[in-house]
Amino acid sequence: MNLQASWLLRDSQPMWEKDMMAIKPWWVVKGQDKKARNYRRWKIPPYLPNNRDLFVLTYGALVAQLCKDYEKDEDVNNYLDKMGYGIGIRLVEDFLARSCVKKCHSYSEIADLIAQVAFKMYLGITPSVTRNESSRNEFSLILDKNPLVEFVEELPAGRSSLCYCNLLCGVIRGALEMIHLTADVTFLQDRLKGDKVTEIGITFLKKLEEKKCRRKK
Amino acid sequence: MADEALFLLLHNEMVTGVYKSADQGEVENGRCITKLENMGFRVGQGLIERFTKDTARFKDELDIMKFICKDFWTTVFKKQIDNLRTNHQGIYVLQDNKFRLLTQMSAGKQYLDHAPKYLAFTCGLIRGGLSNLGIKSIVTAEVSAMPACKFQVMIQKM
Repeated sequence: MNLQASWLLRDSQPMWEKDMMAIKPWWVVKGQDKKARNYRRWKIPPYLPNNRDLFVLTYGALVAQLCKDYEKDEDVNNYLDKMGYGIGIRLVEDFLARSCVKKCHSYSEIADLIAQVAFKMYLGITPSVTRNESSRNEFSLILDKNPLVEFVEELPAGRSSLCYCNLLCGVIRGALEMIHLTADVTFLQDRLKGDKVTEIGITFLKKLEEKKCRRKK
Repeated sequence: MADEALFLLLHNEMVTGVYKSADQGEVENGRCITKLENMGFRVGQGLIERFTKDTARFKDELDIMKFICKDFWTTVFKKQIDNLRTNHQGIYVLQDNKFRLLTQMSAGKQYLDHAPKYLAFTCGLIRGGLSNLGIKSIVTAEVSAMPACKFQVMIQKM
């Protein structure tokens, strides 16, 4: 558990030197030490396989299949959003179990938590949070590096309004709904469509009424 | 790491989604399983390219199968294949006693008829990996008691 915690607390890209000497990841311990020795000689970080590639590639195959099945971009976007919703309502439990965060008292704390803990834990990136000046409920997460589009060069021809990462919107929306917060999550800017950065906008709506909770009991 | 939960949930959602948006006829003639297997094929091709970038050349078929059982399976499912059997004539059986994608589902005979849906993607994964290593194959899976399952790989001689 300690090993996991220290990975989470690291806020900048880890330097290879630190990794090799401080904490030995399992693949080094398992005997692929010669790769590490090669690095020390040639200073090229070895390709260490990780599970993220599997997720990114699977997501890409999924989007490709959806593009084959549905002609309209909106259908694909909606499908991805619904899928993300289904993932988000379950992922939030996993997140709460792993992160042991304290109760949040404001929307900005929640936005910070999503950006700095949740994204870091699942995707390994830390988007920056900006807050819309005009209203207290609107926040945006600005992603410099989006691991989901690591292998994507450009959107396919004829699919200019496809939101490739719409799954993320659904995940955030589903996760927030499970903790009784409704929010509207959309992509404000997308690097694949030509903008400079990828920006996800979260608008917190009215809290779910108390009546719904009592009915479930 | 936490990525495991993400992939597990995405995989489950994919299976549900494919079956929800399919007609009755498609479900019956196995079109859904084919879709999932093809997705797995594409992912397997990509993954094996990433993993074998720095590894040494494989000596023979058995070496490739051992690589799949050990390194590939460890990276994808965080454990090795428990048992590899072969008849030395192109048929390999990979047995996993605690298959990661099925552990959360049941521990016995419950939901056994739903299990094949959740194995199609992995069959495609293996087939795609082998295909990019130069081996043409057919991969099928069978489950008798969850979460143990067997993947049968039949090498096709070209």
